[in-house]
Amino acid sequence: MSAHGGHAGRERTWLVWLPLAALVAACSDAPSMLRPASRPAHTLATLGWWLLAISLLVMLIIGILLLVPAVRHRGSTLANTPLIDTPPKTKWIIIGVVLTGLTLLGTFAYSMVVMGETVSPGERPALTIEIVGHRWWWEARYPRTDASEGFTTANELHIPVGVPVRLDVASADVIHSFWVPRLHGKIDVIPGRRNQFWIRADSAGRYRGQCAEYCGLQHSNMAVYVTAESADKFRRWLASQAQPAAIPQGGEAAQGLQRFMQTCALCHTVRGTDAKGAVGPDLTHVASRETIAAGELTNNRGNIAGWVVNAPSIKPGVDMPRIDLEPNELHAVVTYLETLR
Amino acid sequence: MATLAERLDAAWEPPRSLYSTLASVDHKVIGKRYLVTAFVFLLIGGLEAAVIRAQLIHSNEHLLSPEAYNQLFTMHGLTMIFWYAFPILSGFSNYFFPLMIGSRDMAYPRMNAFSYWCFLLSGVFLYTGYAVGLGPDRGWFAYAPLTERLYAPGINMDFYTLALIFLTISGTVGSINFIVTAFKLRAPGMSLGRLPLFMYGTLTASFSIIFALPSLSVACVFLYLDRKFGTHFFDPTGGGSAILWQHLFWIFGHPWVYIVVLPALSFVSMIIPTFARRPIVGYSWNALGVVMTGVIGFGVWVHHMFATGLPPMAMSFFSAASMTVVIPSAISIFVWLTTIWQGRVVLTTSMLFALGFIFLFVIGGVSGVVTAATPFDWTITDTYFVVAHIHYVLIGINLFPVIAAFYYWLPKMTGKMMSERLGKWNFWVMFVSFNLGFFPMHISGLLGMPRRIYTYPAGVGWDTVNLITSIGSYIFAIGVLLFVINFFWSLRYGAPAGDNPWDASSLEWATSSPPPAYNFAVIPTIGSRDPLWEERLGMGRRSSIHEGPTLEEHGKETLLTSTLDGEPVAILRMPEDSPWPFIVSLALLAMFYGLVTSVWGLALAGGILTLFGVHGWLWPSRAMVEG
Amino acid sequence: MATASVERQSVPVDRIAGVPVDDLPVGVGGTASTAWWGMTFFILTEATLFAYLFFAYYYLGSRHSQWPPNGAPELKLAVINTIILVLSSAPMWFAERVVRRGRKALFGYLLGAVLLMGIAFLIIEATEWSHQHFTPATNAYSSLFYTLTGFHFAHVTLGLLMIVELLFRAFVNRIDSRRPLAVKNVAAYWHFVGFVWVVLFLTIYISPRVW
Repeated sequence: MSAHGGHAGRERTWLVWLPLAALVAACSDAPSMLRPASRPAHTLATLGWWLLAISLLVMLIIGILLLVPAVRHRGSTLANTPLIDTPPKTKWIIIGVVLTGLTLLGTFAYSMVVMGETVSPGERPALTIEIVGHRWWWEARYPRTDASEGFTTANELHIPVGVPVRLDVASADVIHSFWVPRLHGKIDVIPGRRNQFWIRADSAGRYRGQCAEYCGLQHSNMAVYVTAESADKFRRWLASQAQPAAIPQGGEAAQGLQRFMQTCALCHTVRGTDAKGAVGPDLTHVASRETIAAGELTNNRGNIAGWVVNAPSIKPGVDMPRIDLEPNELHAVVTYLETLR
Repeated sequence: MATLAERLDAAWEPPRSLYSTLASVDHKVIGKRYLVTAFVFLLIGGLEAAVIRAQLIHSNEHLLSPEAYNQLFTMHGLTMIFWYAFPILSGFSNYFFPLMIGSRDMAYPRMNAFSYWCFLLSGVFLYTGYAVGLGPDRGWFAYAPLTERLYAPGINMDFYTLALIFLTISGTVGSINFIVTAFKLRAPGMSLGRLPLFMYGTLTASFSIIFALPSLSVACVFLYLDRKFGTHFFDPTGGGSAILWQHLFWIFGHPWVYIVVLPALSFVSMIIPTFARRPIVGYSWNALGVVMTGVIGFGVWVHHMFATGLPPMAMSFFSAASMTVVIPSAISIFVWLTTIWQGRVVLTTSMLFALGFIFLFVIGGVSGVVTAATPFDWTITDTYFVVAHIHYVLIGINLFPVIAAFYYWLPKMTGKMMSERLGKWNFWVMFVSFNLGFFPMHISGLLGMPRRIYTYPAGVGWDTVNLITSIGSYIFAIGVLLFVINFFWSLRYGAPAGDNPWDASSLEWATSSPPPAYNFAVIPTIGSRDPLWEERLGMGRRSSIHEGPTLEEHGKETLLTSTLDGEPVAILRMPEDSPWPFIVSLALLAMFYGLVTSVWGLALAGGILTLFGVHGWLWPSRAMVEG
Repeated sequence: MATASVERQSVPVDRIAGVPVDDLPVGVGGTASTAWWGMTFFILTEATLFAYLFFAYYYLGSRHSQWPPNGAPELKLAVINTIILVLSSAPMWFAERVVRRGRKALFGYLLGAVLLMGIAFLIIEATEWSHQHFTPATNAYSSLFYTLTGFHFAHVTLGLLMIVELLFRAFVNRIDSRRPLAVKNVAAYWHFVGFVWVVLFLTIYISPRVW
């Protein structure tokens, strides 16, 4: 829980009186919106805690109002209870409704204030990333800056810590929804439409998110990771990602490249080679990512090999087909992919 | 000379045969069919939920393939929302509308039968798709363009569009029937201000249906055309819009939420005064609140779309409207609370379910306010928080009142009392397990778990809550089973109910249990809101329950009264049993099978047969008179 | 057992709220009848259906800079059709009145006129479709054009079937001055279909020329 700096203390005081605490704290890796890691996410979470507090209070009051008359005359039966013909007093209905209205008014006002604070960053974003949702992975296009050329990557975003980052989202096929719970709310990714959104991370770390709008067979396996890092580290990352891939000179990797060009290049791009396919993710620096298949698999030799050979068995419905490779070809291709750091 | 009862029986109760089974237009028969069929759909939907919860019980479970899971959660949603939640309410309304207003049948008895057959056969149609492995698999909300042919090539989603269009026929016809029955067939003296509160819920829902269902029909027709004929309504590459679907769907969808809860609320408004032993406090408030909810319910649909990138002004407006709609619900809640505070509560099983419902209504209500707070909705929309909310609404505000209503009115329908002892077990098992199972869903949502995922990885913190949810939902299933057991127990061992086992105040308790085919031997005259209590409430005898005209001169007759005040206008001759409603709905079924499989000849034949059926149905008898 | 308790308690009387039951008419026509109410609500829900269709038209229109994408559709045939359908309400209106006076032959001629005008409308509509340079699958606008006019086409067809049914009933003496209700209901439906056409005409043919 140390990852979210200044907000941790306050949050913990909230947690003390809530039975949810155990569940919330149990998991250090949880993409929980109750562990905000940014200013907007924190504002939203605070709103959430207030809403929860009001809700619990309302439940408590109504619960008591129900319980008391229910148990007050225990043992009443139809036979021993005469009809009551006192004139109806509607005063309490009016009081209850007025109180409800005031509570709603307050809630509405507060939520509008929060909306004003969170709908836009309030300062110029440090950078704009273009996000394109695909079935079932995320494409991220970084713009050209003074530090680097523009480039495209997939599923793992890096952002500088402590500054707002603008997201320009679009879809290549169906509706998705971009969401990293600890950084902000979600924005739908809608074909035929460009939505603007923003995120921000106030402490360094790696934050999980996943597609939130049902998008078909593998909706469940469409994760995205955002790594927030210091400005220096981020600049270095930008520079290295902007580099074209190194061309292996001889050896197994070179054979792998050759084989790669015959099949994989139809769908994938590796900058610096003739592979310019635009169907699947850009693989120029695939080895620098921690996961493959939109967060479904850890990025290691075995998983890459399994994915290359038979992706549909791992992720039914995926566009990546089975690839028939001889064992030595497979080794070569995987070795080549591992050089794409 | 035959007695009055024998003569009425001869006119109203045809001898039993296969023909009279298929051709029956008795609202009580149809009402019971609605109730049983909808309950079977509830059990089917529950079974689907059980499999879903097995898949989600822990991370990385492989019980189901993603395709199987997607069909299951779609069928679960469709079944519960369309083929259970509304039809079960229609069942009660069908059975009790005429009984509560002192009529002998609905305004359009044959339409009533037709409405049932369309409900049943549209369900059969939907499940045909599922049975052959082509069940809808894009969610009950079916967001385009995921549903377009390009992304959903099988005919799964054609079953979706056509089954819903088929069902809207049933809903529309049924609603018109409820409205006209309530407006024209009330017993003399029953002005709108004396209408049992029961009817306000169904009336409001019926008006909502008339204005909301066409939006769903249009959306489904567009989608069908997109898929079968390559039009571009929802296809952004052809100038269409994915958001158009969302508007059409939610303009229908949010009123639908009120359609499936308002009648249930009104059931409770009947049960609570009976067991608080006093007339309801705030009758007019309650009636007005229900109507207001229906009206405002048409202005809130965009709160389902807060994450689609709307301008902040639009979001503020719909957020405000969504909070406003809470006010009439609050009215209902405080009406019930003041009634029980100013009465003396008799805790029967039915009352327990009603009181439990109020508590769940509050939870579902406040979680609704939470989702209406726009910025917070950006975080919780499309998560399990909303799954929790929808279940508090549909189970808490629909199923709990429905079970309360069963405990309350089944004795009237079967003539047998259910077990109070088992009933109390029934309540506590359902109430506790429901909260155990469904409350944690709020938390899984807050922990970042999106909806509609067939699996989740370990290490993201969702295992424990999902395990609790699954366990709770299985115990809940046992609770529902206890109700079924109690029902069958009562049929066999239940004590005779008598006319008015709860000493209630409304008209349906003035006739025998079960009521005869003609409901009332004489048409009552109504002089107050609580006709069976008025003398004991010190109002004197204003109504005349057991004295009135017999209306038997020309066979099946009932009384038509004026819309506002219930002044007698004319004697209405009611239609005999008719095979046409069944035939027409079968023809429609054939047409829809043709449309889904693109066998156009079959579709055309079904369409033509439908027209001929309607011709036969509406053919006037020589004796028909219009006064 | 069930009937017994009803029988035991019931006291037949022949007055309701002071009115002798024998004074009440058996069956009722006009706006008090359930059939008229049913038709009213049927029209109401149909009107709502068209409202949503128009909503779709304007919604998609608002999301295009150029709407219709290839200019407004040809006016000539649509204007003729508008005149025909609006005028056809007149014989329908008269037919409703003459049937109550028992003038059956005139009733038949008037309905025949409505029928012919309706058929002319359908033929002209079909002609216009066949002359269009786009199909329902061309783009979203063309999809809407055909769906809106097609829905209306289907409603006119249904109205005509009702009129055929009326003629048939009149022929076999099931409609007369004592039983004019079916005519009233069909007339209401026919006027409604004409009204929808006017809105449709203003939407599809006129609005692109105005905005």
